[in-house]
Amino acid sequence: MINSRILPLVRKEFIHIRRDPRSLIILFLMPLLMMFIFGYAINMDLKHIRIAICDLNKTPASRDLIETLRMSPYFNIVTYYNSPSKTESLFKNRLVRAAIIIPSSFDKTHVQSRFASIGVITDGTDANSATLVQNYLYGLFMEKSLSSATNGTPVSVKSRILYNPDMTSSHFIVPGLVALLLIMIGALLTSATITREKETGTMEQILVSPIRPYEVIVGKAIPYLVLSFSIAIFILFFGHIWFKVPMLGAWGYLLIFCIFYVFTALAIGLLISTVVNTQQVAMMMSLVMTMLPSVMLSGFIFPVASMPKPLQVVSQIIPATHFLKIIRGIMLKGNGPMEIWPSVAAMSAVGLFFILLAVKRFKLKLK
Amino acid sequence: MPPDVEKSNHDPKNGLAVTVRNLTRRFGDFVAVENISFDVKKGEIFGFLGANGAGKTTTIRMLTGLLEPSSGEGQVGGFDINRDYEKIKTRIGYMSQKFSLYDDLKVGENLYFFGGIYGLKRDAIKTRMEELDRSLNLLEMENKKTLSLPLGFKQRLALACAILHKPPILFLDEPTGGVDPIARRYFWDLISTLAGQGTTVFVTTHYMDEAEYCHRLSIMYKGQIVEIDSPSAIKKKYNSISIEDIFIRLVDR
Repeated sequence: MINSRILPLVRKEFIHIRRDPRSLIILFLMPLLMMFIFGYAINMDLKHIRIAICDLNKTPASRDLIETLRMSPYFNIVTYYNSPSKTESLFKNRLVRAAIIIPSSFDKTHVQSRFASIGVITDGTDANSATLVQNYLYGLFMEKSLSSATNGTPVSVKSRILYNPDMTSSHFIVPGLVALLLIMIGALLTSATITREKETGTMEQILVSPIRPYEVIVGKAIPYLVLSFSIAIFILFFGHIWFKVPMLGAWGYLLIFCIFYVFTALAIGLLISTVVNTQQVAMMMSLVMTMLPSVMLSGFIFPVASMPKPLQVVSQIIPATHFLKIIRGIMLKGNGPMEIWPSVAAMSAVGLFFILLAVKRFKLKLK
Repeated sequence: MPPDVEKSNHDPKNGLAVTVRNLTRRFGDFVAVENISFDVKKGEIFGFLGANGAGKTTTIRMLTGLLEPSSGEGQVGGFDINRDYEKIKTRIGYMSQKFSLYDDLKVGENLYFFGGIYGLKRDAIKTRMEELDRSLNLLEMENKKTLSLPLGFKQRLALACAILHKPPILFLDEPTGGVDPIARRYFWDLISTLAGQGTTVFVTTHYMDEAEYCHRLSIMYKGQIVEIDSPSAIKKKYNSISIEDIFIRLVDR
């Protein structure tokens, strides 16, 4: 039962969308651009970590150790040096991220006792990667020492990382990007279109007619739901095919939850449009209110568990927080509704809250 | 001076399209419309004259259901403006100062849209467009983008959008703003024709010469009605041939 008054509204919006090809191009290309930037340039994988080695021992034992480092794909030995005092200049000139100093007594301590100490100096200016570099090196040495401790039968400790064994950060980032982009675009589109009508006076002209508020909302929501959903499908398929983000779960579930997530984004846009009067302010507010929380507080990059308690509470009312669990769960873990229902419930609750608030304010603003 | 309070009947058949009693609207401390009262007869062209900021637009917005009065009573088309403002909307047409058209839509698309939100089906709108074409001359531009049209044309288009659903009462807020004199004259001819067909037209303007086209006139200043009568009666009362002079005299005191 399509209300005969909603249909002209929907038709009109689609005409607006069609007549603005530049915006359409931006809407589809911008996510692509962001995916490339986030997927490639911001690469948290560490490979070919540049290191320098100072071998003060120069024995087969130390050379064996160096060989292990050389063979590892994670490290790239840039230079060998002879004097530990040169270490600092290597870091100052940013030639290496870590320096390994093998002490002159290495072979003796290595053979005689279970513990041989090796000096590892890491560049701490990039705190994140410094920890990773240290851990890689530590892991490598642990493996090495275990394999040579028991004669003949090397015990290899293999630690597997489940779900994303290569720790390919794009698999981690791309679903997060989908969550970020959808809420940004949804809020942006709706808030912009409604405030534009307020600016030009056409909203007043619509309101003077017998049309009811819910018809205006539905008439705006349907076309932008379709548009946002199309962008969502585009981003998801691109991430899956180009970035090879796995899809272990069901597309059906993901797309349904996407729809609800987009609804929430549209509601946020509607809410913003009841607070501002010009398109420019609407767009800025949309960006700030969706991008900042969704990037910083939702678990997009920084884990929620490591945030202070008050912020953890705040993150629960951010739609992206829950959608991230859903999309990562479905794509990377193959979750079905059984496993992710808490997040679905939470996202629905948050979404409903925004929708009700937005509709209420919209109706209030009319009188 | 406002007229004596008439015995107002809730039945629109008593000949009154609009009645207003003690209508007031405040925005915080600022009183935009103060205690105004008047009647508009059916088929009348009723003019609301006044400078910018006098309260004309606020009054229209209260009568069209866009704004809630702070106090006072009123009826439009037999419906109470405080209680039944939704029902009023089915019986009125409205044209705003900004013309409120979609610039990126074609002329025909604007018409189909505004007709559609009044519940008119597309073929009904088409028929209506053909009816109006004789006087409004819109069909030849049907496929042109609204943005590219001259102002006089946009004005006629905005009027068309307001009367597609044949409302008995028409509210026009400064409909001739920025339009050249010939187009303005033509527009007033259209309004006269509409009034002749029985449509009540409530018009606000700050062009004093347009006062002549109205059956009755009310002059508004700082939210109050300072004079209300037919143009000829006002001219006689103040012994002047120019409404403009009368207006300046009234607002200067």
